[in-house]
Amino acid sequence: MKIKDSIEGCFQLMGGDFTNAGTASSELKSILSKLGVSQEVVRRAAIAAFEAEMNVIIHAVAGTMHYVVSSEEVRITLTDMGPGIQDIELAMQEGYSTAPDWVREMGWGAGMGLPNIKKNADRFKIDSVMGEGTTLEIVIYTRKD
Amino acid sequence: MLKVNDIIEKIGLDIRVSGDMYKHVTGCYISDLLSDVMAHSKDGELWITLQTHPNIVAVAVIKGLSCIVITNGRLPEPDTVKKAESENITILTTPKTTFETAGLLYNLLRSE
Amino acid sequence: MKLNDIAEIVDGHIIVNSTGGSPDIVSVCSTDLMSDVLRFATKGALLVTALNQSQVIRTAEISDIPAVLMVMGKKMEREMIELAMEKNIALMVTHLPAFTVCGMLYAGGLRSCLED
Repeated sequence: MKIKDSIEGCFQLMGGDFTNAGTASSELKSILSKLGVSQEVVRRAAIAAFEAEMNVIIHAVAGTMHYVVSSEEVRITLTDMGPGIQDIELAMQEGYSTAPDWVREMGWGAGMGLPNIKKNADRFKIDSVMGEGTTLEIVIYTRKD
Repeated sequence: MLKVNDIIEKIGLDIRVSGDMYKHVTGCYISDLLSDVMAHSKDGELWITLQTHPNIVAVAVIKGLSCIVITNGRLPEPDTVKKAESENITILTTPKTTFETAGLLYNLLRSE
Repeated sequence: MKLNDIAEIVDGHIIVNSTGGSPDIVSVCSTDLMSDVLRFATKGALLVTALNQSQVIRTAEISDIPAVLMVMGKKMEREMIELAMEKNIALMVTHLPAFTVCGMLYAGGLRSCLED
């Protein structure tokens, strides 16, 4: 990889906007590919970002996806104005979901999102305040050693 | 015609809730969207899904499905199990994917 | 298996194929839940679904899926078709239900994609 200084950027996310949901992750995927990040890291970052982006679209009013790419890692931070997560441990369980029925009928909200993010991240942190919002930090190492 | 318990034996499914095991399996419907199952599944069909929440039992009852098979190693939620027990709906699980389960079942139903 | 051969087996109509060729399909993932797609090693897989939302194409793009097969003759909105064109994802539709499609493709030798 040929990154000297770190490269960063930010996308705006609108809650409920299913039409454009996924565009941020799709752009991030293409940015990472162009930077020469390994295919495996691109894939893991894209999947984790996409799940996190969908969480914002499904649950929050609005949010941002911020990314920093360095020669060491890809760091993706999602901050939203949303309801917050009441019980993070419970939310991490596969199959647990608070998504409404209509979201399930759109092919999402089956409680696999956070577990999928965790699986693809090397480091993963959730901070949430009820009634205010949630911040998710996803870090994926770009180097194997 | 194959019954629920024949299928359990022949393709190796785990029993989570044991309802009417002698129900005839008339066919199979695959879907993870409840509205789709409500609209298109037929009486006596075995339903393959990834959904685990209690609403699946209501759908199976209303549509007269022979049983529910949950794939990919997912397990029914505790409330789903309770509801299925009270409604006498069989719930089976498998670590196999939907595609593989369907492939095996298609072969089995066709050879009958 | 080539996409054209799959189309023949499942009586499918290819409605988008911007790359022009016939992608080689190495495995199959049949689901309507997009997080389920994201769990698997789906590179080169065919996604069989009845979900007719643009999100399906986004998911295919994110997970390197070259082709989507829409079952039950589900109608697709223009946005979904346009997105498939833009993202070079082949889109095929069949009137058959997912069960028949999976059964035929499994019998034809295709296998499930594996957990990532």
